[in-house]
Amino acid sequence: MLKQMEGSRAVAEAIALCRPEVICAYPISPQTHIVEALGEMVKDATLGDCEYINVESEFAAMSVAIGASAAGARSYTATASQGLLYMVEAVYNASGLGLPIVMTVANRAIGAPINIWNDHSDSLSQRDSGWLQLFAETNQEALDLHIQAFKLAEELSLPIMVCMDGFILTHAYERVDMPTQQQVDQYLPPYEPRQVLDPAEPVSIGAMVGPEAFMEVRYLAHAKQMQALERIPQLAEEFQAVFGRDSGGLIRSYRTEDAETIIIAMGSVLGTIKDTVDAMREQGHKIGVLGITSFRPFPYAAVAAALKDCQRFVVLEKSLAVGGGGIVATDVRLACTGMGLQGHTVIAGLGGRAITVKSLTALFEKACAGELELNTFLDLDWKAVNKQLEREKQVRRSGPIAENLLRDAGVVAARNY
Amino acid sequence: MSFQPIKFYQTGTFTVGNRLLAPEERSVQASDKRYNSINSGHRACQGCGEALGARYAIDAAMEATQGQLICANATGCLEVFSTPYPETSWQIPWVHSLFGNTAAVATGIAAALKVKQKKGERNPAIRVVAQGGDGGTTDIGFGCLSGMFERNDDVLYICYDNGGYMNTGVQRSSATPPAARTATTMAVGSEPGNAFGQGKFVPAIAMAHEIPYVATATVADLRDLEAKVSRAMELRGARYIHILVPCPLGWGTASSETIKIARLAKETGLFPVFSAEYGEQKSALAIRQKLPVEDYLRPQKRYAHLFGKQPDVQVIAKLQALADRNIRKYNLLEGL
Amino acid sequence: MDKPFAITLDPGSSLANRTGSWRTFKPLYLDRLPPCNAACPAGENIQGWLFHAESGDYEAAWRALTENNPLPAIMGRVCYHPCQGACNRQNIDSSVGINAVERFLGDEAIKRGWAFPKPANKSGKRVLVVGAGPSGLSAAYHLARLGHEVEIHEAGPYAGGMMRFGIPQYRLPRDVLNAEVKRILDLGVVLRLDTKVSNIQDSMQAGQFDAAFLAVGAHIGKRAFIPAGDATKIVDAVSVLRSMEGEDKPMLGRRVVVYGGGNTAIDVARTVKRLGASEAIIVYRRTREKAPAHDFEIEEALQEGVMVKWLSTIKQAGEGEITIEKMALDDKGFPQPTGEFETLAADSVVLALGQDVDLSLLDGLPGLELKDGTVQVNQNMMTGHPGIFAGGDMVPSERTVTVAVGHGKKAAHHIDAWLRGETYAPPPKHEIASFDKLNPWYYTEAPHMVRPTLDIIRRQSTFEEVQGGLDENNALFEARRCLSCGNCFECDNCYGVCPDNAVIKLGPGKRFEFNYDYCKGCGVCAAECPCGAIKMMPEEN
Repeated sequence: MLKQMEGSRAVAEAIALCRPEVICAYPISPQTHIVEALGEMVKDATLGDCEYINVESEFAAMSVAIGASAAGARSYTATASQGLLYMVEAVYNASGLGLPIVMTVANRAIGAPINIWNDHSDSLSQRDSGWLQLFAETNQEALDLHIQAFKLAEELSLPIMVCMDGFILTHAYERVDMPTQQQVDQYLPPYEPRQVLDPAEPVSIGAMVGPEAFMEVRYLAHAKQMQALERIPQLAEEFQAVFGRDSGGLIRSYRTEDAETIIIAMGSVLGTIKDTVDAMREQGHKIGVLGITSFRPFPYAAVAAALKDCQRFVVLEKSLAVGGGGIVATDVRLACTGMGLQGHTVIAGLGGRAITVKSLTALFEKACAGELELNTFLDLDWKAVNKQLEREKQVRRSGPIAENLLRDAGVVAARNY
Repeated sequence: MSFQPIKFYQTGTFTVGNRLLAPEERSVQASDKRYNSINSGHRACQGCGEALGARYAIDAAMEATQGQLICANATGCLEVFSTPYPETSWQIPWVHSLFGNTAAVATGIAAALKVKQKKGERNPAIRVVAQGGDGGTTDIGFGCLSGMFERNDDVLYICYDNGGYMNTGVQRSSATPPAARTATTMAVGSEPGNAFGQGKFVPAIAMAHEIPYVATATVADLRDLEAKVSRAMELRGARYIHILVPCPLGWGTASSETIKIARLAKETGLFPVFSAEYGEQKSALAIRQKLPVEDYLRPQKRYAHLFGKQPDVQVIAKLQALADRNIRKYNLLEGL
Repeated sequence: MDKPFAITLDPGSSLANRTGSWRTFKPLYLDRLPPCNAACPAGENIQGWLFHAESGDYEAAWRALTENNPLPAIMGRVCYHPCQGACNRQNIDSSVGINAVERFLGDEAIKRGWAFPKPANKSGKRVLVVGAGPSGLSAAYHLARLGHEVEIHEAGPYAGGMMRFGIPQYRLPRDVLNAEVKRILDLGVVLRLDTKVSNIQDSMQAGQFDAAFLAVGAHIGKRAFIPAGDATKIVDAVSVLRSMEGEDKPMLGRRVVVYGGGNTAIDVARTVKRLGASEAIIVYRRTREKAPAHDFEIEEALQEGVMVKWLSTIKQAGEGEITIEKMALDDKGFPQPTGEFETLAADSVVLALGQDVDLSLLDGLPGLELKDGTVQVNQNMMTGHPGIFAGGDMVPSERTVTVAVGHGKKAAHHIDAWLRGETYAPPPKHEIASFDKLNPWYYTEAPHMVRPTLDIIRRQSTFEEVQGGLDENNALFEARRCLSCGNCFECDNCYGVCPDNAVIKLGPGKRFEFNYDYCKGCGVCAAECPCGAIKMMPEEN
């Protein structure tokens, strides 16, 4: 059923269709609207047989989800940014214990400086946490991925983050095709836990494991993610069979058939990139797009196959491994080791910096011309940066960077009185 | 009183059992069919108060639920000594997640059960307990604990208080008593041992949440402990029992004296044994033979610096004042 | 359940980890000797029979008691209960009233008609017991239960010896004495009254006895030289008390002086008071503290109006009066004359200065050793003449009913062994369960139950029993005051307090067992055992 609604609401309704049994909620922007909507649905009983827990922190949110999942309940929570970082210990624990929790991450930058706008720093910081990470390009895909995520998580007994860009998706009103309960029930069977806390068959979950078995435990977690690489495309196909919609999968190629240059990205920015690429195609540029949906597990083989006929690729990512460079780019480069491709990393849109068609066009044209540097910081204000660097060179007490930059930019509130 | 003590038998209700008592008057621990929720073969130190306290408490909860119990356990001695791969001592469904999240994990289990029981998918009798040491409860787990309390989640949380981080080598926690030596409050300098005026008494904080049930107990008064667990299991909502469990290693006591030391903690008034419902004190286990705090302190090496060539009368007097305050505050001489 | 590898484990699997290997000390269950048992001259297993009484099984208690002593109703009245003096409970509140419970059990047995089991096998041996006093009766009882044929030859007209002729009725009612004697005879013991053995060898030959136990007691009152006029009546205490059993009560006048400070002196004084004497005055050369009589008996006598002249000796007895001299204790505590004299009105003087043994039946017996008027016996209670044993007041020892009963039992075991050509080796004594071995915390506060005492007016005029018995309720209560020193009473403490579940409960009456596979040797069980029935021993290796 087609509906015009906010992305958060769409996700909340999709979650409700998945019949969650325990939802833990702690407010943090830009995720809050999702749990607000779910809270209302539980309270007015449209979402029945579900416990909605207002926890005291994200750490508790993930911990409650751990307990609920271990006791055999389908468990859900949502977070973002600082909230994700606050729950990190429990995030690792949930995957370590193999608990199929589904969590929405409404991607947002990490402070300091505190910043509520979108980038991918938060979920990418959890790259090695053992969770699967699926990135949504649109609200429709965000909605669909949650349904697929429950199925995949419970099959594998592994937790999954469904990542959607904060504000850009969560707060955007778009038309979505909301599935029916019947469709979801047809696709998603009831949760059959691999292990459960039950007096009828007692087990001890969460033993202390020493050097004699720890590596095997870690390898098994890895092996499961490798299994997911096979299951994710199958689940997308099964999804299409029930819902009539192509959604999910590992990667998604766009106009790459004869492309010499392929732009690689995750999340909502793919829309802008596709618009830019469409325009450039009309001008005769041989350029295409590769969207990565599954960041973890990383589909090395699929990416390599998608890039096999191009000459160069540009990874445009909303994350920065400070002191290193790109994060997604590192994986992409690893995927096409030995293929002789020219690779570029573009760090863009950190902390919500707008990524415009104009900037992208200039960037891609430079890339097509073979003139793009290895690492690019898109639309970086070099003047401000250099001024601060100069200031630091001269004055030991050069003051706070963010305020200095704002002052240089003429923001009144940051003026020195 | 939390239980009716039996008088005029050889041992009344002081001993674990008594062949002269009617079967229904006997303790859970006296039964040859007790659950032994935590089994032999665990790796706790000799004379471990926590291993004992855990079996007392969990067996009592098992008795109250007729075996329908799920337990969440914080990181710490109890967790480490009971579940090193490939062996577990627990005979009940048990989960260990993290150090600081046990109350929340238990909340999650309780929430799951509520839904599952409503759907008819699980035995409606199943209940949840959470347990941890004082570090996992009064320090790192305190946020989750308070959250569980204020939401009045249907969880019995049991804290085994041995006054420090014993698993990591006896460091100070917010439950370490004043003047006690730990590895991070060494018995050196002008004020050796843990500082006065610090720390917190979580049972009182739990009472401030006005939850249905708060109680303290020690491993020295089994019948009282069992009665408290049993009372806690009669109630729904958030419940908290704080059990003093001496640690021979951390306190520097003989392994055989674990119960004796707990008894002295209670008889001196340094550890008040009482219960409260909805924020109001309901009972106090009366001191039987009031003893000076010195009797409790002297056998413990963690207080050895108070008893050098000259006893540190000033510090001992300050500790006595704390005991006297407990006695006044909780009515420990008369009992309730 | 397809469990995740390593992180999820099967319940209770830690049993594979045998923590017993950590142990450097090992707990052992043991029975220590309760101080009451150690102090009992009759060798009673007091803690053992109290154990049954605690659970209200009085018959089992009585049977356990009478394994060692066939006279509980008597003993519960006349024993000076050294057990209570040794009782560890004194350190908590006051001793367990063992004697009172014993009497209760004895009285219950009489009331309910409980009998001794008849011996299963007959040995075919015959044993002569000379004297039907406590020692002889005790020996006869044990010998009969061991299957021997026993004949008691008693010189007097009744059985009981000093229990009848020495102890007044107000302390020991005769129906009680008769009942307990009869129960022994019911075992098949033959009692021949008025049968004085004048020569032991002759009697043994005549009766074809294989062994003999001599227990003729000490019935000859000691005399002291007192210058006296003809008119003064001087008699000995034994005769006075003996004549109480006959038809003719002694005629001693209204003012009677009793000379001596032992229990017999007290008994005589109290008896003459009851016979109607207006004055019964005890004259004793030392102080009350130094008097051999039990203080509670002195106290009772004083309550009944008996007067005492401490630190006094009789210098002369004249007509209707005697002269006494004041004494003073010297540095060593011995009384010395002071030269101060006093005159007392007295119609008669009763000498209660101890008794001698009539050893005439032993004349000409080879191998015998006599010393200070008593028969010497070896540690097996055998005289120097093989096959002839002796006990009670006629051998050197304290002269009490309880000691006599103990002698009888001990001698019976040795006679039994001797008859089989063996030597009886008593089981080794356990170490004493002294108070420091106990954990008194566990015992509830429970004050001693007091036995009712007869009204004072009736005590001064009748021979009714002064001290009453406990009723069932307070007897049970009193029994339950027992700490069960050194002997497991199944309080489940060890089972409960073991942090390693390494104690196995074997079920009612079967006590416990250590599971050394898991016991780490922490010692909590031993520390928390209320009664000291667990000991920590260094682990071998």
